[in-house]
Amino acid sequence: MTSVRIMRNRDWANPVPPARREVLTATPELPDDSKPPVLFVPGFGHGAWAYAEHWLEHAAGRGFAAHAVSPRGHGNSEPAPKAELRAYAHDVVQVAAGLPRQAVLVGHGAGALVVAHALARYPARAGVLAAPVFGGWATLGLALRHNLFGTLPGAFGGKVRVGRRQLFSRDLPEPVARDYLKRIGHASRRAQWELLRSRAPEEPVGAPPVLVVGTPDDRVVPRSALDRVAARYGGAPLLFPGMGHDLMLDARWPEPLDAILDWLEKGDH
Amino acid sequence: MSTANDSFDPSTTLWRDGRPVYDRRDTVCVVGAGASGLAAVKNLREHGFGVDCYERETSVGGAWNWRHDRSPIYANTHLISSKPFTQFPDFPMPDTWPDYPHHSQLLSYLERYAEHFDLNPHVWFGTEVVKVEPADDTSWDVTTRSAGGAGSERTHRYLAVVLANGHNWAPKQPAYEGLDEFRGQTMHASAYKDPKELRGRRVLVVGGGNTGCDIAVEAATSASQTWHSTRRGYWYLPKYLLGRPADQVNDQMQAARLPLGVRQWLAARTLRLTVGDQGRFGLPKPDHKVFETHPISNSQLMYHLGHGTITPVPDVRRFHRSAVELTDGRQVEPDLVVFATGYLPRFEFLAPEILGADEHGRPTLYLHAFPRTYPTLAVAGLLQPDSGLFPLVHWQTVLIARWLRLRDRDLARAAAFWSRASADVGKRWNRARVKDSTRHWFEVNHIDYLRALQSALDELSPATATAARSTR
Repeated sequence: MTSVRIMRNRDWANPVPPARREVLTATPELPDDSKPPVLFVPGFGHGAWAYAEHWLEHAAGRGFAAHAVSPRGHGNSEPAPKAELRAYAHDVVQVAAGLPRQAVLVGHGAGALVVAHALARYPARAGVLAAPVFGGWATLGLALRHNLFGTLPGAFGGKVRVGRRQLFSRDLPEPVARDYLKRIGHASRRAQWELLRSRAPEEPVGAPPVLVVGTPDDRVVPRSALDRVAARYGGAPLLFPGMGHDLMLDARWPEPLDAILDWLEKGDH
Repeated sequence: MSTANDSFDPSTTLWRDGRPVYDRRDTVCVVGAGASGLAAVKNLREHGFGVDCYERETSVGGAWNWRHDRSPIYANTHLISSKPFTQFPDFPMPDTWPDYPHHSQLLSYLERYAEHFDLNPHVWFGTEVVKVEPADDTSWDVTTRSAGGAGSERTHRYLAVVLANGHNWAPKQPAYEGLDEFRGQTMHASAYKDPKELRGRRVLVVGGGNTGCDIAVEAATSASQTWHSTRRGYWYLPKYLLGRPADQVNDQMQAARLPLGVRQWLAARTLRLTVGDQGRFGLPKPDHKVFETHPISNSQLMYHLGHGTITPVPDVRRFHRSAVELTDGRQVEPDLVVFATGYLPRFEFLAPEILGADEHGRPTLYLHAFPRTYPTLAVAGLLQPDSGLFPLVHWQTVLIARWLRLRDRDLARAAAFWSRASADVGKRWNRARVKDSTRHWFEVNHIDYLRALQSALDELSPATATAARSTR
């Protein structure tokens, strides 16, 4: 693999069409210029709302300007039933480049793969991949084991329905979990296929530091996949046992976020 | 990472010509804070270098900042390449902008780029570079003073110098017999700012380049009479072809790796079907195939020719007191002549032999960036691409930064790269036969040139990529 990719004939000849995007923001009461803006990217089916529940406010409370984008077809962004993965990455880069200063990109689930693609296009201050779903057949295998009938349609280009046990731990009250599940939509079929085929993301530009966060009790991301992603970026994953896949919604949501923000502060990124 | 401006050490005891030299050690000097200079500052910083950038104006943007006295921008300047070819690859323009943005949008884009990547603290505004001279080793002595000539001169020593002073600001003034006795007004296109300067006048626009065509089109809607003089036939590409920006259609063909001959045939065919026979409009037939020189991107010229609001005329033979004689013997009587005759590169602070300049002043460089004998000097943005400049200058400055890093880390590999690269000095990155005039000195096909940059980067990269990570 080459370390940079210059030739992008497809993007030049056939650029991603514009789309209206939802961006939710929480601004710190005391702006702190030493802290970079943070852009959160939700996984497939989730929207910016998933971060608006807890993480945006908490990050702003610690002095970070916090933003969350819904890629097209997600949350309240423009519907995009035929969007490709590159369109999601385009949405992330567009929002990041529109921020006043160089941003930190935080992606969750398949959103981490979107962030990984975005990191190859935009020199982020730092990248955080939370419970990253980089796709491939192993991910499909695990999902089938935990949720056969919800996942099976996905293997044939249909809609995936995730189960409560896959995303949340038992600590999250049942009604809350049910409410979240109801809000979860789905990515485009095309993007699901691309996730399955799992084209490896290119090398990030600008050599940003990358942190991988996850949980060993994740029923979407196998532990081996976590280690593999972390190793690819030259590190080991930071683990939060006892949590479900949706780190930002599960009962103990402050722990992973505080760890991420601590890492950002300590590293002076 | 070292930051700029923090390691001034006035106690240095270096001297040159009886003046003190302040040693900036591992800092790189960038001349100019226009688009190319800003890309250089950003990419050098990203590769861990401290940077001092000198800018004679008090703001960023270079040629794209209409407030600058060297800016050739006129009120109605729009881009001639569409967004994907115009933006920096790692800092896309907003989706909400049109395909061909206005110059004011481009300036705000450059200002935001500087803001976003925090480049302004590294720029010394209002400071002009007077002299760039090689020091004893491979470092450089750069002498500056505050712009306007007031104040004393200071000399700093730098690890390397990147020249990004632009090449579209020193007008190439044409010489015609009788020009002195001509009583009408003449101006170079660089001085043209606003269509109201043309209103109600009889205007002759000389020059068939993109600027000449733009000004002719502006004159068509404000002047009382417009003549457009071109030396030979060009290919006029509309800005939209088949419902899409024309350069995107062209790249679709290039992406398919169609051979040049096939692309030329297809393009000529498409133009024939959409634009039609240029001869019908009174234009000379192009004396070259399409893509041999960079195409003129203008949708409105043909329209105005078809409405008779622009009269095409051949080259100027000479000037008389109140008339201009053309090569076909015709005489026209304009009140105003606009010379859209292009620009010449100027490096007045540098001895010409350093860039390997020939007798015409044309530098001889590897990849239009690296002089043969000075490995720590580079020129950024001295290109005339058949598409937008920014993507090219971005990768060019990445290459410069990686090259300097490699020299720092692995001299043996750097030497190997250099000896191979120097074989390519003066090579042209263009498959087509480019017309040999100053206008085409730096002409590159963006695909060919970017491929060359890619292979040079691949050659430099593996070691530097791991090294850069290990310093974190």
